[in-house]
Order: sequence, then C-alpha cells, then structure tokens
Amino acid sequence: MIKPAVWVACLTPLALLIYHFVRDELSANPVEDITNTTGIWTLRFIVLTLAISPLRWLTGINQLINYRRLIGLFAFSYGSVHFTIFFFLDHQFDFAAMWQDVLKRPYITAGFTAFVLMIPLALTSTTGWIRRLGGKKWNLLHKLIYITAMAGVLHYFWKVKLDTTNPIYYGVIVAALLGVRVWSAYSKRQLRRS
Amino acid sequence: MLIKRSPDLRESDVTPKELYLRRREFLAVAGSTAVAVAANGLDFTGPSTVAAQNPGAQKLTNLTKSPFSTDEKLNSYKDVTTYNNFYEFGLDKGDPAKYAHTLKPRPWSVVVEGQCGKPGTYNIEDIMKWAPLEERIYRHRCVEAWSIVVPWIGYPLGDFLKRFEPTTKAKYVEFKTLVDPRQMPGQTEPALQWPYNEGLRMDEAMHPLALLGLGLYGEVLPNQNGAPIRLVLPWKYGFKSIKSIVRVRFVENEPLNTWKQQQASEYGFYANVNPQVDHPRWSQGSERRLGEFFRRKTLMFNGYGDQVASLYTGMDLRKSY
Repeated sequence: MIKPAVWVACLTPLALLIYHFVRDELSANPVEDITNTTGIWTLRFIVLTLAISPLRWLTGINQLINYRRLIGLFAFSYGSVHFTIFFFLDHQFDFAAMWQDVLKRPYITAGFTAFVLMIPLALTSTTGWIRRLGGKKWNLLHKLIYITAMAGVLHYFWKVKLDTTNPIYYGVIVAALLGVRVWSAYSKRQLRRS
Repeated sequence: MLIKRSPDLRESDVTPKELYLRRREFLAVAGSTAVAVAANGLDFTGPSTVAAQNPGAQKLTNLTKSPFSTDEKLNSYKDVTTYNNFYEFGLDKGDPAKYAHTLKPRPWSVVVEGQCGKPGTYNIEDIMKWAPLEERIYRHRCVEAWSIVVPWIGYPLGDFLKRFEPTTKAKYVEFKTLVDPRQMPGQTEPALQWPYNEGLRMDEAMHPLALLGLGLYGEVLPNQNGAPIRLVLPWKYGFKSIKSIVRVRFVENEPLNTWKQQQASEYGFYANVNPQVDHPRWSQGSERRLGEFFRRKTLMFNGYGDQVASLYTGMDLRKSY
C-alpha cells in the first residue's frame, strides 16, 4: 500500500513538469525551467535518502529503510534527466565539448561529479549486488552518496546569480544530515571503548 | 531496337545544394518541431504572434522603420513581457509580469543634472515628442546567456542627450532607476543596492545604435519592461539597458554601475557582448534564443560589431569587460 504511494509521490514532480510543458505554461525559456526543476528535485531526493537513517534512529520506525533504495533510484532518475538535457541541448551529445565544460566550469565539475558518483550506486542497488559485494563493502561504496550530496549543493550554490539563500538552506540540511552520522559514529565508538 | 528512356529523376528533382548543405539545420529544426508537435501542437518554430497585447495600453503610431532593424524572427509579445530580469519587482523572471502593475508610469518626470547647459526636470509627455519615434528590431542578449528579438520603439539616445547641451567636461553619462518600494515592492529587499545605477561613456551614449526606449510591439512600454523610459543598447549585455529612468547626470568620471558594484569580478562597466570573454562561472560563447531548443553561437558585440567595434579600438576587452 505504501510503496505505490511513494512511487506516485516521486513521479508527481515529473508529471507536473510535463503537464505544464504540454500546456505551454512554463516560462518563455522552457529548457531552463525543465533543467532547473529536474535539478532541484534531484537534490531533494538526495536529501530525502540521507534523511531516512536519521529519521529511523529518531522515530524507531525501522520500516523506513524499505523505501531508501526507491527514493535513491528516483534521485538518480531525476539526475539522469537533468544531465541528459544538458548533454543533449547544450552539447548535442558531443562528448568532447561536454567534457571541456566539465573541466572548465566549477559548477559543472561539481554537478557532473555528483551525477557520476550516483551511477555505481544505481548499478549496485539490487539485492543481488548487495549479496555479491557483502554488506560491509556495499555500505562503504554507498557512502559515495555523501560526496554526491555535497557536490550537488556546491553545484547549486555556484550556479545561482545573486540570491544564494536556497543553496545555503540545502547546504545546512546536508551538513546536518552528515553531521548526525559523524556524531553517531563517534558516540558508538565511545560506547565500545567504555 | 534500343529504346532510350529518359531517366526518372531529373536534374530539378535533386535537392538544391543550398538546402542540402543546410541539412543538419533542417534536421535540428525538424527534430525540435516533431518534439513540439508531439507536445500537443505546441508551436516552437512557427511565426510569432503579435496578438495578446495589452488592450489598455497607449498605442504608438506613425513609426519610422529603422535600417538598424534585424529581419530575424521576432519573439512573441508573451515572451517579451513575461520573461524579465527586473529585480525591483522580484528575482524570478516571472515576477515583473506579476507584480509590476503597482508601478505608475504617468505622471513621470526625469531630472537632468551635472555637466550640461540645460539641467532641469522634464516631463515624459514632452520627452516622447522630442524626436520622431522609430521601430527598431534588435537582438537583446542577457548576461545569463539567453537572447530575445524585440521590436522596440524609441528614438536615438543621442537626440535625447544633446538637448541638454552636455559640456566638454561631460565624459560619461549616468542613469538611475526610480526608488519607491510602494511602486517597486522588490526594493523592500536589499537584493541589489537601490537605486539601480548605470552609465555609458559619452561616445557610446551618442552612438546611433543606442536607443532611448519608449515602447515595444506598437505600444508604450509595459511596466515590466521598464516603463515609461529606458535604454536599449543592443551590443551590450541586457543589464546595461537600465529601466524606468528618473535621473540623468553628466559626469567627468566613470560611474559605478549596480552590477559592477555588486560583483566586480563578474560584471564590468562596459559589459559588451563578447563570446571570447566568459563570465567567470559560465560560458558566453553561446546562448539560448528564447523559442529555440539548441544553443546558438554568440556573436561579437551581439552581431553589431560593424557599427560599434570602432568605439573600443586599442582597448583590452579582457580587462575592460
């Protein structure tokens, strides 16, 4: 019952975007609107996946973990759409031109890093891969999402022209979600020592 | 007996070379049209419509056609009036269209001061009669790497400025936008330092391409486009074309313009469109024309180099960006 609801919720931003595009209700620069909307939702889904473990510790609702993979894959899906628009409409699938941009522009370097690091996570998201890698290695690999989250915030921060309020807001949330993990790991170690 | 038949294909059936050479462009257009048609007949490449103008707005007639006009396809009235950077009404490009109704473009006057023979306060109704109104279709390139084609109405900025008899000490001219948070709600936030300030070297201001903008699409300027009086400088990034002007001052030294004051490493005084000098954070080598899917190459001085390049001979445009 819950899983279909999560699917619907995660697909809603994309559905709304398509709806407004088809009805010509986006701005005079729809390409930019589509890029911005898919970008911000990628970051939101990344933040959501990072929020699941702390929420679990806080509420004790362990079933939350069942939705982390799905939400993470939605982060990757929105990120893929976002990246593909950039690769296709800005560079017409010219890899060399795109690579030049990645090397030259810090905000694109950050965004590209964030996206590329999600690829191995999406590929190894299956139960089969968890088994193949073993829980410990798999967990270590999936810590890459922390770098993705930081790079994603940086990408957003460097992109905005003037008003950095929103990027800072996301930066604070990501810092808090990563900080909680550091604190939790530290207190566990203290516990083991005593 | 050998019966010779003429070949089925005649010379004229072959694709004209000119078209053949443009096949990629054709494919790009065909592709984007297909996408657009798939999207419920949304027409991206068809002719723009002049409909949907503001029925209440004062119409401007007897317009002279300008030889400086481009014959490129106009952006629609909707594009021109709903996608604006005018931070006095909010940071989102949709904000000016939503909130600029609070601006009162009449009565309006412009204060002229500084190094000139005829300082004073001048009424907008008079200003509009000082020279024959022209329609000029210009490319307009934003520093954010998008562009738009607009049918402006106005007359040469030089005709306006000469009336005030600038003295030999007038090396630059400075312009200021209205400050009134009741009319411009965005000014309650310190997004930029108000008033918005811009300036030109006198020879730039006197250049025939520099237009005093008083209208667009056959009517007086809509509020969100900088009513009732603005600059239109097609070879410079859009932020130089200051809107809703209330003050003109002739000065000896280079004025500090708002965006340079905000971030001097990213925005300069000259702000000439230049594909070779990138914004520190993004490329200025290409742009997205509103209504098009793919980016197009940005032209030096936004394609007005033949007219304006001589203004900058001997200058290092990398330093004077």
